[in-house]
Amino acid sequence: MKVTVTVNGTRYEREVESRMLLVHFLREELGLTGTNIGCDTSQCGACTVHMDGKSVKSCAVLAVQADGREVTTIEGLAQDGTLHPLQAAFWEKHGLQCGYCTPGMIMAGSAFLRDHPHPTDEEIRHGLEGNICRCTGYQNIVAAMKSAAENM
Amino acid sequence: MRPAQTTYQRPTSVAEALQILAAHEGAKLLAGGHSLIPAMNQRLATPELLVDIGRLDELKGISVSGNTLVIGAATPHAQVTASPNVRAHARALAQACGMLADPQVRNWGTIGGNIAHADPASDPPTVVLAAGGKLRLQSATGQRVVDANDFFLDLFTTALQPGEILRSIELPIVVDRRSAYVKMPHPASRYAVVGVAVFLDVANGYCSHASVAIGGAVPKATRSPGAERALQGSHLDDAALAAAAAAISAEVSGMAMSDLYASAEYRTAMAGVILQQAVRAALA
Repeated sequence: MKVTVTVNGTRYEREVESRMLLVHFLREELGLTGTNIGCDTSQCGACTVHMDGKSVKSCAVLAVQADGREVTTIEGLAQDGTLHPLQAAFWEKHGLQCGYCTPGMIMAGSAFLRDHPHPTDEEIRHGLEGNICRCTGYQNIVAAMKSAAENM
Repeated sequence: MRPAQTTYQRPTSVAEALQILAAHEGAKLLAGGHSLIPAMNQRLATPELLVDIGRLDELKGISVSGNTLVIGAATPHAQVTASPNVRAHARALAQACGMLADPQVRNWGTIGGNIAHADPASDPPTVVLAAGGKLRLQSATGQRVVDANDFFLDLFTTALQPGEILRSIELPIVVDRRSAYVKMPHPASRYAVVGVAVFLDVANGYCSHASVAIGGAVPKATRSPGAERALQGSHLDDAALAAAAAAISAEVSGMAMSDLYASAEYRTAMAGVILQQAVRAALA
């Protein structure tokens, strides 16, 4: 089936199998490998992207469901070479260790901060409950989220 | 992991979707896909044809019609949670849709898909059952309305027939009705280990009507007549709550599910605990 998906502001037309997952469309058709595959069972959130402005796990959506929609991946978050405030905050607060969960964490976190500009620690933890990190214990991720909220 | 080969159609109306369903025995409805696609990834589901009804506006939205709260089946959980009408008339449903899974799932997963899937560890079926809800189903030959008491039949099994689409979830609006949903979530999956919904009609501290349902602990969303009898006609004091807790645990005992995380005995004991928390939350 032919799909048209706008990814990070660029319109792509591709012929895809109906069964193709959005995450494979992004990684294999478009070469956008910043979106990681973590668990294959839709629990870890590593593959989180934005679709029509809302966070979604791209392993739980078919590419055909994204037809006509706008998708933003971690590659599209920085604007004109300037990191998104949450990307900068992850750097400053060391919100990662191995970094594998980080793209999904930042995509989920940036969508959350848009809707919750002044979150409490508890709201941040609740807002990121779809994303699993096996390294940090989450402390510095929460610190990065708070720091980004102050700078946004 | 990748799903098995399938095909995909996106009808532009419910009528067209019903025609496609009638013509393809192996067709499966797709809305948010947040239960179906993970199941397809595991090859637990291998539908020949996906019929995407997730963009049909006629299946979306929340409205009040007379004394009924009407929720379109393809409305995402996040919109149910945010709806002032749901918060005002069925707070337990707003709570359930706000605590199931995680934000990504709530953004795209739909309440109708969740109800039709009838996962025993899911939250909305328990609330819709306790609320005295009804499910409006449409087929090529017309509509029928099924009481929630007759809708949830077993694990992942409902009264939906082949060729039928769940159109809307309809809950009665009653003055002075309070409700709450409380669950003990599995720490990793957030699915309900035990979830209890209560709907109570309370005036001057006296409970004239109580409706209680439990999920997570048992194979399908299940009413608790014993807990309802204990609460109804009481002032919801500690003695009434203790009696209701004993009654729901007695009913759950013998049909409670068991897994590595929580034994049947533990779920049975927690049923009464979570029920008391739910009643107190409804009164808060």
